[in-house]
Amino acid sequence: MQFLPELTLLGAGLVIFLVSLGKTDADKIKTIAIGLGGAVFVATLLSLCQRGTLFFDSYKVDFYSQIFKTLIAGAMLVVLILGRKLKDIKSAVHPEYYLFMFMSVLGLMMLVSSVELLAIFVALELSSFAVYIMVPMRDDSGNYRFQMEAGIKYLLFGVTATGFMLFGMSYMFGLTGSTQLTVVVAALSQMYTQPAAIVAIMMVLAGFFYKLAIFPFHFWVPDVYEGASNETTAFIASVPKLAAVALLIRLVSMITGEGQIIVNILMVCAVLSMFYGNLSALVQTDLKRMLGFSGIAHAGFVLLGLLTFQISGYANALYYIIGYVVMNLACFLVICSVSSNGENVQISDLNGLHKRSPLLALTLAVALFALAGIPPFVGFMGKFMLLAGALKQGYLLLVILAAINTAIAIFYYLSVIRVTFCSDPDNSNSISSGLFTNATSIVLMLIIVIMGVVPQQFVDLATSAVKSIR
Amino acid sequence: MDQLLINPNYPHILSTLIFLPLAGALLLLFVQNEYFARYWALGISALTAILSLPLVSAFDTTSAKFQFAEQYNWVDSLNIQYVIGVDGISILLVMLTTLIMPLCILASWSYIKTRVQAFMICLLIMETAMLGVFMALDFVLFYILWEAMLIPMYLLIGIWGGPRKIYASIKFFLYTLAGSIMLLVGIIWLYKTNNYSFFIPDMMWQNYSLTAQVYLFLAFFLAFAIKVPMFPFHTWLPAAHVEAPTAGSVILASVLLKMGTYGFLRFALPITPAATTLLMPYVLWLSIAGIIYGGFTALAQQDMKKLIAYSSVGHMGFVTLGIFVLNLEGIEGAILQMINHGITTGALFLCVGMIYERTHSRELRSATGVGKYMPIYVTFLAFFSLSSFGFPGTNSFVGEFMILAGTFKHSTTLALAAIPGAVLAAAYMLRMLQKIIWGGTDNPDQSWLNDLNMREIITLCPFLFFVFWIGLGPQPFIDLMHISIVNLLDQFHAHQGQAVAAAELILH
Repeated sequence: MQFLPELTLLGAGLVIFLVSLGKTDADKIKTIAIGLGGAVFVATLLSLCQRGTLFFDSYKVDFYSQIFKTLIAGAMLVVLILGRKLKDIKSAVHPEYYLFMFMSVLGLMMLVSSVELLAIFVALELSSFAVYIMVPMRDDSGNYRFQMEAGIKYLLFGVTATGFMLFGMSYMFGLTGSTQLTVVVAALSQMYTQPAAIVAIMMVLAGFFYKLAIFPFHFWVPDVYEGASNETTAFIASVPKLAAVALLIRLVSMITGEGQIIVNILMVCAVLSMFYGNLSALVQTDLKRMLGFSGIAHAGFVLLGLLTFQISGYANALYYIIGYVVMNLACFLVICSVSSNGENVQISDLNGLHKRSPLLALTLAVALFALAGIPPFVGFMGKFMLLAGALKQGYLLLVILAAINTAIAIFYYLSVIRVTFCSDPDNSNSISSGLFTNATSIVLMLIIVIMGVVPQQFVDLATSAVKSIR
Repeated sequence: MDQLLINPNYPHILSTLIFLPLAGALLLLFVQNEYFARYWALGISALTAILSLPLVSAFDTTSAKFQFAEQYNWVDSLNIQYVIGVDGISILLVMLTTLIMPLCILASWSYIKTRVQAFMICLLIMETAMLGVFMALDFVLFYILWEAMLIPMYLLIGIWGGPRKIYASIKFFLYTLAGSIMLLVGIIWLYKTNNYSFFIPDMMWQNYSLTAQVYLFLAFFLAFAIKVPMFPFHTWLPAAHVEAPTAGSVILASVLLKMGTYGFLRFALPITPAATTLLMPYVLWLSIAGIIYGGFTALAQQDMKKLIAYSSVGHMGFVTLGIFVLNLEGIEGAILQMINHGITTGALFLCVGMIYERTHSRELRSATGVGKYMPIYVTFLAFFSLSSFGFPGTNSFVGEFMILAGTFKHSTTLALAAIPGAVLAAAYMLRMLQKIIWGGTDNPDQSWLNDLNMREIITLCPFLFFVFWIGLGPQPFIDLMHISIVNLLDQFHAHQGQAVAAAELILH
């Protein structure tokens, strides 16, 4: 039972593999994939209350990991639904595409449970390599070769980041003589003043900063977001971020001693991420690229919660990343629906969306207002709690800089809303989105509003999840 | 929580007022019928207006506490509460909002032709947010509604606005949002300093250090001065006013601008009394600058909406002047003038909207000489214009008189500097009135114009009623706010004393 979600995923991967051997039409595969995704989601729900350790204490099943698995499975299900047509992937490779997606999610699920350095490494690589392949799977029939460039960039940056992380892990092992996180952290807490310890920790964190796209490790984001097909980008922009935050919280929450140098480094990363992301997003014309840059800025906000080194701060970061993933998925749902043949969506393509599809326009508006941090949506509550938490710790300057960033960010979100609502459509064909997509968009909108208006239950849940780490 | 007074006869009246329009808006989401949308929105807002009447009759004018209070926990982990209540400062603004909304909907009856349901949803959500802002006693609740209001207002201007609607709506949104960002930081700082509580009355009169007060005051000032708008921050206002549909302009002028001055009274004075005393002269002279600048600019306008928009800058300058002279006449006059400006300027925007519906132009040139063909219309317009420049017997006279009386008490130089503003107001309003009624020898042919229909007359009558009621018998309105203002000033002077001493200590 403790390993049920992972086993289900593995089984799902095998089923897809068997399907890929024969010749099946695209419709059937998509139904199978969504069904399997649903099954995985149910499996994570069933094992929500499981507790225990597996594989010689390197794999911990606690409330924290289980809740993340549920979130990851839920996000994957949404990605499967919104990208169910896979417009820009050759139909011949559809089964493989789903196979790699399941494998990647398997890696991410294992990642959130890993409490041993090598297990973390293996899980991270499993999740990364599958995505490295998903990026260039975009159809190249239209002389469109960006996906290859994106794939190579993603791979090279990813491998470099992993190299950093491995190097840091070797330092950790050298300093502490163990690969068990609990032992490592207990030993490290004695030597936070030593440069070697700080270098080791920062290098390990770098691997996850890369996944989350924090400032100096963000360079892959715009090109990969633009080059990958819409569905792949939706996946990259949401699911791995959950796991990255999960692991970051797990690592950071174990730092107990004098961590002031690490706090300072995190602070600098947070501020630079926000400014870099927001200022770059101002000039984008490609919607996915814009969301990529905005993602960098939001990752900076997540760091705001981590660097408080308080349980409430971690809970806020968790609440924020959940909200971010939901808002982001809502945006990508609109992108995938608007893009008729899987091509990239320019901001100007959204002209008069309110006439072509009122529901999609409303979804986009709610998601973007929420991303911008306008109340009463989840984005505001998340930002507010992060700022309050950081100010509680006395980081006034940091809070002011973050607040200024909120003001900068408004402009580019608003300019998208402007074209959606305030201009007339260039081409008047209305967009027909399926019943499934409509239902998903309504559900996402409801989550955005409910999490923003009654945040208490969600914060409590996040707090109890974070508390269960120890 | 002893600052709250719960009225057992009306335990949930404020919540009802806040949520009724929201519920009405949610139902409209599922309606496709435009006629039904109009009547439904009118019905909901009229019901809200009727339900708000007991507020006045049951208001205890002998207490400075927050009345009709309601209190529930909302977010426990951050100690955010849902606390609402009204006192003498806010009750008139609440009433102004509830009473003006049905009239706004009437005014958009035939003006709005596209996407009527969405328009009505925006208006109703606006009403919820505006009422909430005036009632909120929890700083987070206040901030949420203050910001949430931007979304429907942005859409009102951006979708149903004039030719430059996109520029105007974005400018409006960015200006207001950027202004209130530092307010958010200030709120969190107050939360941390006040034992992790967002309860506004607990934040008042706390003797924070002077440095902290000055920073807080600047944060408040930036947010509220942009909203008012005070002189150097006013540039969003003409753009937004000109492009907004009539109902949007009315809401903007009558209610939204008052939130800035309300913010000064509710937050700046009680939370940062020492900084207020220290920075008062600058704010006063900015107000004078706004009065004079608004007057001269209005004199030069060819666009009627722009003219009234700039006149708003001048009138709101009078309001901030009244607030920051910090005496009883000044502040009472300022609140009364807030209401007056809401009534008069709202009515003037309605009048411009009515002529725009006929000629599809806001140019003064194309509306000259309509007096001959629209006698009822120009009668209304004449009264509102007289009211706008403070003609004795109308509402603005009382307000401006009290403000100037308070200013004279404070400083003769300042009062003398404000006087030209009153003269300028007469100049630009009479200029507009003369042109619209009579015009010159080169009037365009206006014979095809129809005079006001019954709906439009019904829309304007309540405004006229209040113009004369406040103009001839303002005492009931002043009674409502009197005790709250006396209490505010008493507390202010008590804390100002320490503040001045502290300031002198720093200076020496």
